[in-house]
Amino acid sequence: MEISVQGRPSIQAARQDFPILDQEIGGHPVTFLDSASSAQKPRQVMQAVRSFEETSYANIHRGLYWLSEEATRLYEEARETVAGFLGVEDVPTLLFTRGTTESLNLLAYTWGERNLGEGDEIALPVMEHHSNLVPWQQLAFRKGARLRWIEINPDGTLDQDSLAAALDRRPKLFTFTWVSNVFGTINPVRELADRAHAAGATVILDGAQGVPHLPTRVEDLGVDFLAFSGHKMLAPTGIGVLWGRRELLETMPPFHYGGSMISTVRRDRSSWDVLPNRFEAGTPNISGAIGLAAACRYLDALGMEAVRDHDQDLLAYAFEQLASLEGLEVFGPEDLAGRSCVVSFRFRNIHPHDLATLLAREGVCVRAGHHCCQPLMREIGMMGTTRASFYVYNNREDVDRLVQALDKAGRLFSGVKCKP
Amino acid sequence: MSHPEAISDDLYREIILDHYTCPRHKGHLETATHRLEGVNPSCGDMVELDLEVRDGRVVEVGFVGEGCSISMASASMLAESVRGQTLDQVRLLADTFKARLLTKGGIPEPPEGVDIGELEALDGVRAYPVRIKCALLAWNTLLEAIENER
Ligand SMILES: Cc1ncc(COP(=O)(O)O)c(C=O)c1O
Repeated sequence: MEISVQGRPSIQAARQDFPILDQEIGGHPVTFLDSASSAQKPRQVMQAVRSFEETSYANIHRGLYWLSEEATRLYEEARETVAGFLGVEDVPTLLFTRGTTESLNLLAYTWGERNLGEGDEIALPVMEHHSNLVPWQQLAFRKGARLRWIEINPDGTLDQDSLAAALDRRPKLFTFTWVSNVFGTINPVRELADRAHAAGATVILDGAQGVPHLPTRVEDLGVDFLAFSGHKMLAPTGIGVLWGRRELLETMPPFHYGGSMISTVRRDRSSWDVLPNRFEAGTPNISGAIGLAAACRYLDALGMEAVRDHDQDLLAYAFEQLASLEGLEVFGPEDLAGRSCVVSFRFRNIHPHDLATLLAREGVCVRAGHHCCQPLMREIGMMGTTRASFYVYNNREDVDRLVQALDKAGRLFSGVKCKP
Repeated sequence: MSHPEAISDDLYREIILDHYTCPRHKGHLETATHRLEGVNPSCGDMVELDLEVRDGRVVEVGFVGEGCSISMASASMLAESVRGQTLDQVRLLADTFKARLLTKGGIPEPPEGVDIGELEALDGVRAYPVRIKCALLAWNTLLEAIENER
């Protein structure tokens, strides 16, 4: 890995590793505040993928020539790297998928099909992203099972009464997000997992917004499954992870059938390979896995504690600066220690799409809309929010540019007074 | 924080902001003969358009809606510009306005006898392809509402 400062990359110098930020668009520097949607990639990740493709690419498994052996070795080494990043000791329990959405669908179609029946309950918070909601809703339709919703407080934390009520009904499954992609709420994973287990539930964690920002040790999380995407943590798109406890993975039927996942195939029957191959049918995203491993190494070198501190620093600064804008209301927890650096807000009467358009003209990239959380939007009575999110390459100037662009938008929209 | 320069804007023209902030004909009509809801699934914008049609003429218009300034201003301007018009005039105006936003290259001349009026303020939307559907939401809803009136 390229060395930035004193032998290891540092957060302060990280921005230089992201070439995309080193340009102007429409005469403005790129102020990228949409990392919760997808993060930018550092040179180190792009170089790792490129050098793999330039020197070692071939299909993995079964190849008897050097390139294929080397690609297989690097692919499995990538699995070990990602496992190491998460503190997973049983490496074959770390499965490569296309991303969070595929990981969660895999669970719905395998664990869910096998373990859920008529009248069983699935407990989940209303803050879930559609990808941790629709697969369970559809599974419930297929099985005659029921969704049991855990409501939220106005500040975007879980409502304790409805949580207790949902767990009292002894759901078969409790699935929830580590970090809300709308509110930035960090859910207390360990506590929730322990309580859900005590209620007899299997526990799935959507780590899409958590793993990129918070130090992760799967054993400490206490969950049964963890799903996340590479592209929100500096890796390419099309690669993600499902980690699961071995005893659960081994009792699940395969998800996709085909090459690489079988042990033997006869005309009339087949048997399945062991973990992880059993859940990785077909040719996987080999380059993506290499890229994800490089992203893990990069984040490890920065140090996830340092990433978290950087997030907290920017978050505190953003809250302070945004408070200077009259009529701006930030959604989510007020206690910054309980949130990640996803900042959804409402600004006067300006519709999120107008706001995003106006900010874009100042080079400020934010997301506006329902953020794939329509049930949550209905709950807070909004059609959508404007959302800024931060990552390792952002700095205080980015916050300043956001606030300046908001101020300008505010003045444009507040120039009009209605005649009585 | 203040920037001294006056803001002039190609997309968010004053007229648009004015219609957005102070919508005309907002609210349902008790006398409505036609009511239709239109939505843009991609952005969630919604408009419910009420028309009171008597003897082939739109005598009263009302709307409620939720959406961005472009879609809501466009609905408010629609209400002002079709009130009092015959259905044939309304159709012609709607078609002219749609062609104005959707035609690539130059803006087509309006046909004889069609006065585009304030709607010209929405020309700026042409430079923002993803926002064109916002400006057209109310108009498409209008055309659909009177589709069967011949
Ligand atoms: C909380 C959460 N879950 C799931 C997803 C889906 O991730 P992907 O689109 O990478 O599958 C996202 C992405 O926006 C997310 O924020």
